[in-house]
Amino acid sequence: MDSAPVLEVRNLHTHFFLRRGVVRAVDGVSFSLGRGEVLGLVGESGCGKSLTALSILRLLPQEAARTIEGRVLLDGEDLLEKSPSDMREVRGQRIAMILQDPQTSLNPVFTIGNQLHEALARRPEDSGRSLRERAVDVLRRVRLAAPEQRVVQYPHELSGGMKQRVVGAIAISCAPEVMIADEPTTALDVTIQLQYLDLLKELQTSLGMGILFITHDFGVVARMCDRVAVMYAGRIVETGPVREIFDNPVHPYTQALIASVPKLRDQTERLRAIEGQPPALSDLPVGCRFADRCPHAEPRCLEKYPEAVTVGENHTASCWLAA
Amino acid sequence: MQRYILQRLVQGMVLLVVVTSIVFFIGRMTGNPVDMMLPEDATEEDRQDMIERLELDGSVMDQFGVFIVDAVQGDLGTSIRYRKPATEIFFQRLPNTLAMIPPAMILAIAMAVPLGVISALRRGGIIDRISATIAVLGISTPNFWLGIVLIYLFSVTLGWLPSSRMGGPLNYIMPTITLGTFLVAGFMRLIRSSMLETLDSEFVKLARIKGVSETAVIWKHCLRNALIPVLSLWGVFMGGLVTGAIVTETVFAWPGIGRLTYEAVIFRDYPLLQAVIIMDAIFILFINLLVDILYAYVDPRIRFE
Repeated sequence: MDSAPVLEVRNLHTHFFLRRGVVRAVDGVSFSLGRGEVLGLVGESGCGKSLTALSILRLLPQEAARTIEGRVLLDGEDLLEKSPSDMREVRGQRIAMILQDPQTSLNPVFTIGNQLHEALARRPEDSGRSLRERAVDVLRRVRLAAPEQRVVQYPHELSGGMKQRVVGAIAISCAPEVMIADEPTTALDVTIQLQYLDLLKELQTSLGMGILFITHDFGVVARMCDRVAVMYAGRIVETGPVREIFDNPVHPYTQALIASVPKLRDQTERLRAIEGQPPALSDLPVGCRFADRCPHAEPRCLEKYPEAVTVGENHTASCWLAA
Repeated sequence: MQRYILQRLVQGMVLLVVVTSIVFFIGRMTGNPVDMMLPEDATEEDRQDMIERLELDGSVMDQFGVFIVDAVQGDLGTSIRYRKPATEIFFQRLPNTLAMIPPAMILAIAMAVPLGVISALRRGGIIDRISATIAVLGISTPNFWLGIVLIYLFSVTLGWLPSSRMGGPLNYIMPTITLGTFLVAGFMRLIRSSMLETLDSEFVKLARIKGVSETAVIWKHCLRNALIPVLSLWGVFMGGLVTGAIVTETVFAWPGIGRLTYEAVIFRDYPLLQAVIIMDAIFILFINLLVDILYAYVDPRIRFE
């Protein structure tokens, strides 16, 4: 992990240019992901986590969305400068992604095998095994029961958990360097969420992938991640090793997020929620974006955005109070 | 599957009985064929004689009874005008109508698929706007008007194309355009909207994440899904092509089922009219069954219970 990061995102800006104005959904995001590291990207819905992921892959949802600034370095190469066909070589082969909802991620009219073949065929093998054998093999790696039968089945014949394993199999079929997991367990039953997380962890160790793990769940972060980046209203407000963030959160937003995780022991207290709403991304304040919800806000918080400052080992936060 | 088909056939029979009764009674409310056939100076005696010969005596209910008994045995009566079994005339004319369907369908699909897909991909672009205009024109232009305008332009004014009847390939051009225009509009808009829907779906996103080429994303992943609703419209249109060719065939004096239906109505040829409508109904029932069976092949989620 001391070596150069496999993925580095610098000052990424992805905005929606709409008739009613510019929505600054990703507004200066920077982070790095080490080889074989699991980085948690945490924040509430709509803070720009998924759009950051799609910007990395250059698969923005609509024409109105454009990445206007920043660099996305994969092994030092800037993905934003690649041609569309070179970019296609990156997708699936070097960066894979798991989407949130397994029920809709697979094409209903093609068999599981067919959808795996598309991914597998992009990396030819010397051993001369057929695509089908390789498909069965990769399904076995994600611990899907009876893989020989699964390859001829259609998505609707599988349960949600099984489908998400297939999506995982598609993701690892080219042994990518980076996997982006966008809330991969949110749509799964609680009983199989843990199994799936264990599977991801196991695959990550055996393949040595770096995982960018997008979630809103600090419980999942504690289980999966080495480091965390906390995102709020289009920017990363705090980054650090998981233990450090849990033990010593500096940014008031991180503190509030961790405090809102329900704990089994104290049943007396009500769940803590963060008061207020995040600012509209089309009309962002000049100062700290969390200021109007922050219990410690001072006048200077409203005037200027706080630059990230180092508050501990590998631990930075963007807050005037930390400076 | 077999049970399902059997079930559908039984339902079809019930429907057929209903259609038959409606045609029989409504046909008889429109007038009397004897008045159309006899010369104006015919005596009352001639009239009675003819009525008996055509088996039009007795109450309507009695006639219906006779008709049903014969129909069950496959005899739909003898055409009053042609003096031949009605089904025989139907099957003589059927190939002429069927011959018009493939060119019209090919024209419609060949235009609608690329235009619909491109309109969805370049929403609000030039192609999208042009095809929206074509669609509005296609849906709102009546067949008979378009047919007549085409005849006026290409046969009367320019003299390039034959105006009527069957013959060489040239005879097919104007009827094909007349029939096809309506189909193009419907298919195109449906393909566009269902493409837009599938383009937004998560599995298309995942296909792109896998690194599947944009061509395969659109023409394989999207179109295959987008064509599922189009199949039902195809079924509707197929039924419409057989029955709805009435106007087109009349305009172009095309000796098919549509024109036969028109003649049967005009001449109050009850047995022929009944036969044509019943055969059309059977045809549409089979098309619907075919569409349902095809559905299972196009969409693996559909299983017949």
